[in-house]
Amino acid sequence: MSYRTNLVYRYDGSFSGFLCCVFQCFQNRELPGAIEPWDAPQETLFPIREIETIPEQAQRVDRSIPRKISAEAYALVRDAFLTCLEEKELKMLRFLLLGYRVGPQVMQLLTDERVHVLDRAVFHARHEAHMLTGFLRFSDYGGFLAAEIGPKNNVMPLLAPHFCERFSCEDFLIWDSVHHTGLLHQKSGEYRFFEADRVELPQPDENEQQYRELWKRFYQTIAVEGRENPRQRRTMMAKRYWPWITEMQEDPFVLRQKNRERAGSQDILKGTVGAGTQSLPNVVE
Amino acid sequence: MDLFTKLEILTDAAKYDVACTSSGVDRSGEKGKLGSAVACGICHSFAADGRCISLLKVLMSNDCAFDCSYCVNRRTSDTRRATFTPEELCSLTMNFYRRNYIEGLFLSSAVVKNPDYTCELMLGTLRRLREEEGFRGYIHVKAIPGASPALLEQLGGLADRMSVNIELPSQKSLALLAPQKSREKILGPMAQIRDGIRENGKELVKYRHAPKFVPAGQSTQMIIGATPESDRQILLLTEGLYRKYTLKRVFFSAYIPMVNHRNLPARNTPPPLLREHRLYQADWLLRFYGFRAGEILDENHPDFDPLLDPKCNWALNHMEQFPVEVNRAPYEMLLRVPGVGVRSAKRILSARRYAALDFEGLKKLGVVLKRARFFLTCKGKSASPLPTDNPLVIKGTICERGISQRQIGAPEQLSLFAPTKEDQVQCLTGQI
Repeated sequence: MSYRTNLVYRYDGSFSGFLCCVFQCFQNRELPGAIEPWDAPQETLFPIREIETIPEQAQRVDRSIPRKISAEAYALVRDAFLTCLEEKELKMLRFLLLGYRVGPQVMQLLTDERVHVLDRAVFHARHEAHMLTGFLRFSDYGGFLAAEIGPKNNVMPLLAPHFCERFSCEDFLIWDSVHHTGLLHQKSGEYRFFEADRVELPQPDENEQQYRELWKRFYQTIAVEGRENPRQRRTMMAKRYWPWITEMQEDPFVLRQKNRERAGSQDILKGTVGAGTQSLPNVVE
Repeated sequence: MDLFTKLEILTDAAKYDVACTSSGVDRSGEKGKLGSAVACGICHSFAADGRCISLLKVLMSNDCAFDCSYCVNRRTSDTRRATFTPEELCSLTMNFYRRNYIEGLFLSSAVVKNPDYTCELMLGTLRRLREEEGFRGYIHVKAIPGASPALLEQLGGLADRMSVNIELPSQKSLALLAPQKSREKILGPMAQIRDGIRENGKELVKYRHAPKFVPAGQSTQMIIGATPESDRQILLLTEGLYRKYTLKRVFFSAYIPMVNHRNLPARNTPPPLLREHRLYQADWLLRFYGFRAGEILDENHPDFDPLLDPKCNWALNHMEQFPVEVNRAPYEMLLRVPGVGVRSAKRILSARRYAALDFEGLKKLGVVLKRARFFLTCKGKSASPLPTDNPLVIKGTICERGISQRQIGAPEQLSLFAPTKEDQVQCLTGQI
């Protein structure tokens, strides 16, 4: 393989697109210096190769990973694509190149930098998904449940199986306001992922408000006075989750953040529960 | 009484129960029914005291007929009383669960009228939840000491986990502080649940769809610091409970003085939180690291060192077994190295099959080198910055900082004529 590190691959930002990059890399016997999605701002003067997403090519790579490396390696790469790792595409490519060379044992080479980087990022993403299975809060809008999250990693595909199984008898919506993706599940068992610019949730009704208050009352009562340990709480439940957690709404930290937002800086709480006025969630495509 | 007040009273009364785990059982969701359970458990929130909130932890009632002196709900105590109806509790659980506030219900109760009546009340709630509402989430239920075995059996069929609190670490303390409870009354139900689980295990082998009995096992808890037992005694008891009663967990609860009583510590005694923490660390060593209680604390050192965690403490007292060669040591020995946990020990095993490990690699595997470097060699080399022949030198380096003086006793100025205990008594009596 000739190394042309000054070449930049640009692809459509999908997982299939990435697999096509891997394909092209083998076909042209070259190693790109960077792999970027199309919508990323172009920051380099190096020559660019636009990688077209061709399903057949993507499928060939897709099949080859479990066959030539291992099913675990495939799961790792698939989840690595959801992480917030910087230059994740290039790191995934390096991992795959190593995997094709050494085979299934690549998963045991934990001290190799190429494996370690991916392993840690995926661990972080899976951990965040696990935390969110607990920290996500639904609100009831007349039988329809909706929740908003703001994770670092694009964890929606990791969250979906858990919530679809647990709330199989409910209509619900989970909205990721950072990655602008959502999950819509129906009682019938159908579910789909969607992308949208904004999702507005209606005002909570009286019933919903009452249960929120009951929950807050429970939360405030359950802590044992004489054992206060705010540091422990911050360690276990990082502050970045707080803006979407019902019982933390009256917390000084969240209030401060809200005030800052009102002052006109970053608008991160836009579209939170209770921001809109319609009676049903309104998805703006 | 409105629901808000009821919830407040009954949560307030339940908050000293430590267990809030939702682990131990995997139950998939079912179409048309609400809920599932995950073996690793899920924490839904963390309270201001830093403890996990996983279950809706409430009492069925706090209207107690007993008079245990350490308890806030004892008959003679002047507190507000409330009792949930099964309907109220069911609707509260279902509505909290739907909003993903909780993983399930933790139901305990004070003894209303008599143990059997209380059990019936709890059974009513559980039946309603499981059978009428089709709830598939997690349920932890407290066995009421003294209730009839038949009722206990039925509770176990509906719950995931059961627990019987042994309350205090010795029979003597129990007789002193909780005269209505006895060793037999507590261990009886515990043995019954254990036998039920064993029996059920055999049935499940024969018939896949046999009804499950307490699938997530049983746990217990005891109060630390209200009575004079040493850490070693507590740890030996814990080990015995794990072995004899195949418990999943033993919880410890630092005693917070709530009442004035001649048999209890004074009201202003701070809760022994550090001691509780050390006990939990030792508990982990028992369950996951292959330690025995007798190894962690011996007769000469019946209490924990407040500055060192139990594993470091053990390692420093057994320096003859170190250093350990990472590339060769068996799993059991790796687990005994301070700074190496279960996860990193397993990763070391799998990584060293393909490449010899060095310290840089160990860091990537998650080993805490700050502690481990004194006890490990990689390819024959040590990374210890200090000679490792004197345990006290190492102790000075790895002991925990930031533990407040209050927790370990403030230092004092030495005096040639320090007042003795007798002097203090004489002070009080006016002789000096």
